[in-house]
Amino acid sequence: MSKTLFAPGHTACAGCGQSMAARLVLDAAGPNTIIVNNTGCLEVFSTKYPESCWEVPFVHSLFENAAAVASGVESAVKYLGKADAINVIAQGGDGGTADIGLQALSGMLERGHNILYVCYDNEAYMNTGVQRSGLTPFDTNTTTSPAGAVSIGNLRPKKPMPEIANAHGIPYVAVASSGFGQDLQRKVKKALSLKGPKYIQVHVPCPLGWRHETNMTIQVAKAAVETGLYPLIEYENGVLSSRRQITPKPVEEYLKLQGRFKHLLNKPEEIKKIQEIADNNIKKYGLKAEAQPA
Amino acid sequence: MKELLEGSMAVAEIVRLCKPGVVSAYPITPQTHIVEELAQIVADGRLDAQFVNVESEHSAASVVLGALAAGVRAYTATSSQGLFYMSEVLYNIAGMRLPVIMTTAARSISAPINIWNDHQDVVSLRDSGWIQFHAEDIQEVVDLHLIAYRLGEDKSIMLPVMVCMDGFILTHGLETVDMPSAEQVDKFLPPYKAPYKLDVENPLTLGPLVDPEYYTEARYALNKTHEEALALIPKLTAEFAKTFGRTYNGLVEGYQLKDAEKVIVAMGSVCGTIKEVIDELRAKGKKVGLLKITSLRPFPANAIYDALKNTPKLAVIDRALSLGSFAPLSAEVKAVFFGKPKKPQNISSFVVGLGGRDITKDSIKEIFRLMNGKDKQAEFIDLKPELLKENYE
Repeated sequence: MSKTLFAPGHTACAGCGQSMAARLVLDAAGPNTIIVNNTGCLEVFSTKYPESCWEVPFVHSLFENAAAVASGVESAVKYLGKADAINVIAQGGDGGTADIGLQALSGMLERGHNILYVCYDNEAYMNTGVQRSGLTPFDTNTTTSPAGAVSIGNLRPKKPMPEIANAHGIPYVAVASSGFGQDLQRKVKKALSLKGPKYIQVHVPCPLGWRHETNMTIQVAKAAVETGLYPLIEYENGVLSSRRQITPKPVEEYLKLQGRFKHLLNKPEEIKKIQEIADNNIKKYGLKAEAQPA
Repeated sequence: MKELLEGSMAVAEIVRLCKPGVVSAYPITPQTHIVEELAQIVADGRLDAQFVNVESEHSAASVVLGALAAGVRAYTATSSQGLFYMSEVLYNIAGMRLPVIMTTAARSISAPINIWNDHQDVVSLRDSGWIQFHAEDIQEVVDLHLIAYRLGEDKSIMLPVMVCMDGFILTHGLETVDMPSAEQVDKFLPPYKAPYKLDVENPLTLGPLVDPEYYTEARYALNKTHEEALALIPKLTAEFAKTFGRTYNGLVEGYQLKDAEKVIVAMGSVCGTIKEVIDELRAKGKKVGLLKITSLRPFPANAIYDALKNTPKLAVIDRALSLGSFAPLSAEVKAVFFGKPKKPQNISSFVVGLGGRDITKDSIKEIFRLMNGKDKQAEFIDLKPELLKENYE
């Protein structure tokens, strides 16, 4: 196995999906890469002074400005005449991307910078203790969207970030999962082969926030995809160019693995609503694998 | 070469001569002419730079942060609410020790919204870690930009520098300016060589998480560097004088201080008005003077003490407020004399010229007149009491 550019010894929780995905992304990108990171778990567990996991140049500034800082880095790289030799990757969590960092990201996408933006989506503000974000799924029990006598958890479905990114008319948008590492690395390499702004959103389970066993990270990530709740898709120049086909499993197969959905398991009417979200995804993106001939 | 120039055009021209590789800005009155002119300069191929039109001041500051992190000289400009929207990033830039240079068209702050000049925006950023220069006229604005780049990029300093110019008065005013030649600028300001940067050949982690074991020392060092800048600024202005023939102290400038019995302390363009009033009063035999503060940060406490320790009566003009407390500059000037062997008998504090209200020669004369009585505390000059009588019952 080749040496990784994301050194071990960081302080992520056991079973952290984001640390796996970040390593896969960086190793796919290779050494001629500059990483610009939003504040969040990844930056916290990988850069505690005087140590760092990053064997490539890395800069962290603030929670919401990685896309803008990366715009400055990329402009500097262009000014220095090194645009063809260096990848610039901006990255952040779901809150730093879809909520507080959305404006900076939109600006970066609109201006056409040659940057890959990677959103590590663990579906809540995990670094601060599992508060609800714009990418928290419908009905999720988080610390700021708790289930209670008159609430079933998070009131809204996930903000459609891949579609929002795609609406900027950028060359490449993809959704990936830490449960499908080779697919993630293929998408990173593909993105970096294209000029202009690219957006990849990676589903990264968080055992602490999702309340699943730490040895279940890959299975949980896979179950999200296999139920249709997290479709793995690609848009090239605005057109849906690929989707990972599945033989859909019922959403309970995914929900029952996680404490954040435990409050739903005796509420079939809520499970039905979540199944509808999966069914809509399956229909919208054509996820259902055609039956194999006998 | 001497030419008649609008302040904003003069700034754009000196920035061109300083050769930033990345320029990023978001438009806000009265900064707009500066960035429009720079955009045109880049569009005309007269400056080899990436001009990044961003969606906000927060991103403008972030873009120049990124450019400096990648080792490239950068420039931005803003004002008022834009400065406030940047402020989170500005503290970060200083803490990351990245020498961003920014022009600030000093302007009032909202509410009520008002686009005219005072110092409430820039003075509020005094604790951000940025070096902060205040210019009296357009020539000084131009020259302070050169000094700012040299100072900020000095390996012993590595701090961002803000050059404050009074909105409209200096950004839109016209003045005959001695614009340096490209050769002179190149001689004074060598190309930027970053001591640390994002480099794939030598990967560094910038902006790490720092726990209580190390944080205090990082902030201590930042503060210490401001002290060191106090020593370096006069050396740079001496070198500047050799190259360009114009002499600045860079920290403070005295006007008719020798034998002065009443001295006003002020910053920015109002110093020009004060000098005129001093000339008139001196012609009538009144012993009056001015101490102009050029460097608000680092705060030149020793230079102020040396200049004013024998002055009987002092008045500090603030064009800003620290709401609920003393006027900000007055509090700092008073602190200079606390516990010192010599000090003025009186130190009064006046607030004047908020939101673009003209500071006339009469306003200044009124301040000199009021210095005769007891100390004044944040006394407003040219206040209209009739406007304070509204009630909503």
